[in-house]
Amino acid sequence: MQTSPAEQTVYTIDNIDREIIRITQQGLPLVREPYQAIAAQLGISTQQLIERMQAMTDSGIIRRTGVVPNHYKLGYTANGMSVWNVPETLITEIGMTIGALDFVSHCYQRPRFLPEWPYNLFAMVHGRSKDEVRDKVEIIAGLLGDNNRGHSVLFSTKILKKTGLRIKD
Amino acid sequence: MMEALHSLDKKIINSLQGGFPLCEKPWDVLSQQLDIPADEIMSRIERLMQDGYISRFGPMYNAEKLGGGLTLAAMKVPPNRFDEVTDCVNAFDEVAHNYQRDHIFNMWFVLATEKPEQIKQIIKKIEKQTGLLVYNMPKKEEYFLGLKFEV
Repeated sequence: MQTSPAEQTVYTIDNIDREIIRITQQGLPLVREPYQAIAAQLGISTQQLIERMQAMTDSGIIRRTGVVPNHYKLGYTANGMSVWNVPETLITEIGMTIGALDFVSHCYQRPRFLPEWPYNLFAMVHGRSKDEVRDKVEIIAGLLGDNNRGHSVLFSTKILKKTGLRIKD
Repeated sequence: MMEALHSLDKKIINSLQGGFPLCEKPWDVLSQQLDIPADEIMSRIERLMQDGYISRFGPMYNAEKLGGGLTLAAMKVPPNRFDEVTDCVNAFDEVAHNYQRDHIFNMWFVLATEKPEQIKQIIKKIEKQTGLLVYNMPKKEEYFLGLKFEV
């Protein structure tokens, strides 16, 4: 399960953890006892592997373990980067509210560049069409009310590059 | 398309986005939670991966926590220079994703470096090579409450 940043512990990885990351970052084997299979590959016990992966999960090194759905294949072909200018003093509360919406996949606070970029909150909104994304952006605007000091939604018009985020050994 | 998905497939996708158990017999735990036989969950996941509905199964790592640098950067590229600037930016291995967007800030890319201090160096190089400003927008805070992408 996801650990919220406030609850995260500090954990420093060692060489065995690096090996675990190297082997599992492409995925877990789809077998009855996947952790046992990984542990056997590393020459450690299943219990040791589970403890290490638990420590990495508790410290936020592992965000979560499970399946990653392919949004496009599932019909969610439109995504818009919605950006918001909200009061800095309320941003954590607002971010938590928006981040919890089921059509928002990522929600971050980022720096403004005044005057040309007044937006300090980013929320990636998914939908089956651009219109659906726009409707959802309006739902967010409704939730923010007076705390919305301006917003925009940026649709991607072209993927210029896409490589996996690789974790170095 | 969506219609082809069996209700059990949907159930598996919805419940397995963050909750794969970390224990010796994870499929048995899931089987109890979902009330689906373990073998059937596994075979459904296998098929969903083959058909492309699931792009990955396993732990998702947070690159920053592993000591690397990560940021989102934006540029305002004059339309007549867009292809040239794209080639320049994409030539950097550290540029992981790059998207054109319909805004005056029309180029948005993710920089991922082995060490945090390399972010500034790459940005300086891009600015020097293109003569354009790069707006560095690293995240200051994340509001991520676990993915719950309902199908």
